[in-house]
Amino acid sequence: MSTNGSKPKFAMYWASSCGGCEIAVLNIGEKILDVDANFDVVFWPVAMDAKYKDVEALEDGAITLCLFNGGIRTAENEHLAHLLRRKSKLLVSFGSCATEGCVPGLANLSRPQDILDTAFGTLTTDNPQAVRPIYDYPAPEGPLRIPVFQAAVRTLDQVVPVDYYMPGCPPESHQIAAVVELVIKALNGQAELPPRGATIGAGASTCCDECPRERNVKTIKQFVRIQDLEQIDPKLCLLEQGLPCNGPATRSGCGALCPKVSAQCIGCYGPAEGVVDYGARLITAFASVIDAKDPAEIERILDTLPDPTGQFYRFNLAKSLLRAGRPAWSQQ
Amino acid sequence: MSEQFEPVIIGFTCNWCSYRAADLAGTARMKYPANVRLIRLMCSGRLDPTFVMKALAGGADAVLITGCHPGECHYIEQNYKALRRYLLLRRTLGGLGIEPARVKLVWASAAEGAKLTHEITSFVEEIRSLGPLHWPQWDGAETSAPAQAPAAAD
Repeated sequence: MSTNGSKPKFAMYWASSCGGCEIAVLNIGEKILDVDANFDVVFWPVAMDAKYKDVEALEDGAITLCLFNGGIRTAENEHLAHLLRRKSKLLVSFGSCATEGCVPGLANLSRPQDILDTAFGTLTTDNPQAVRPIYDYPAPEGPLRIPVFQAAVRTLDQVVPVDYYMPGCPPESHQIAAVVELVIKALNGQAELPPRGATIGAGASTCCDECPRERNVKTIKQFVRIQDLEQIDPKLCLLEQGLPCNGPATRSGCGALCPKVSAQCIGCYGPAEGVVDYGARLITAFASVIDAKDPAEIERILDTLPDPTGQFYRFNLAKSLLRAGRPAWSQQ
Repeated sequence: MSEQFEPVIIGFTCNWCSYRAADLAGTARMKYPANVRLIRLMCSGRLDPTFVMKALAGGADAVLITGCHPGECHYIEQNYKALRRYLLLRRTLGGLGIEPARVKLVWASAAEGAKLTHEITSFVEEIRSLGPLHWPQWDGAETSAPAQAPAAAD
């Protein structure tokens, strides 16, 4: 990687995330060479060695483009969010975790203490000395401080203002390539950037709009798990076949990859344009296909959807209206 | 003895039945507790579950949904949609740790001012015994650095 200071600077950081976003960036193929040709990569923990103090030494606003993935779970995540906000001209909330909490955000259904108990104290954990994190540890060599595990997962924009949102778990590589290309063009004065706060690298409509499956007004008598279906009709809407497909509320942009191969949409591209609460929109969608008018019959059908909260908020809990389950914030 | 807890309840009413039932109750000088703030919709089928989430996130202790009796919807069968949404919403809220009893569905025709009065009165008592919801007002905590409990209400 070049250290030539004349090129615009690029940074990418992972906070509370899995690393899949970094892989998606590398998956853009030979376009990654364009990134190197047009940007000076100053900070990207997964790809190069740079220290936090190197970022701190930069002038404010020195980084032109920062792709920030991961939610904010620890004090370290929060520190880096503030630091990279200060140093970056364009801070992109990159991927589902930064934008809406994603799967790590489901931890907002549990008490922080219970999460630590599970991680360090269950039978499947090999921890014979019952070691627990100590945030301030007086080691003989000097005090050791590890970042505090905060009460709940927050999205990046709940901590600092962001310029753009790029949804997806992870964002599709062709969408990343298009965004990188657009930023490069904009830097050369050949294109204009979208207005601040826009969602980039995705469509505005729903996953259903990209799905080639046939939709009717047909309704269902039960929800089924994909492994319980003997055969999946290759042409018919998955929701109509009883599969809990999140397509109706999910933003387009992936090309309906999952429904095209007969797997239901799980909602990784987040809420479609105009959706305030992703789960609420799905409640509306699912309630519409249930074929029953009698309360007892409706309850029987709903029994076949064992975990509606997880189904509706798998990716979106931290960004939903309620933002966390009660145990995460309640004292009890 | 501390002061009695007065729950804040948001009530969604249908233009064609329950809103008129509330109107009738008023005209007939029937009394019900002032804890319910009524919002008129054209139909219970207009009730987006987002409204309920927003009410609870915004400080309401409970939400009352009212509509026309089954088979009597002004728009043919939208109240059945409301019923299905309501039952699914209750389960979803339960998963988030909200007592399902904080959301209630009541059918009340335009002639049933007395029934609505009775239902509101008993609902307010139920919520009073459940206690305040106290959902955190997250917005205020966004730019601060909550080390432990972001905006924990207690």
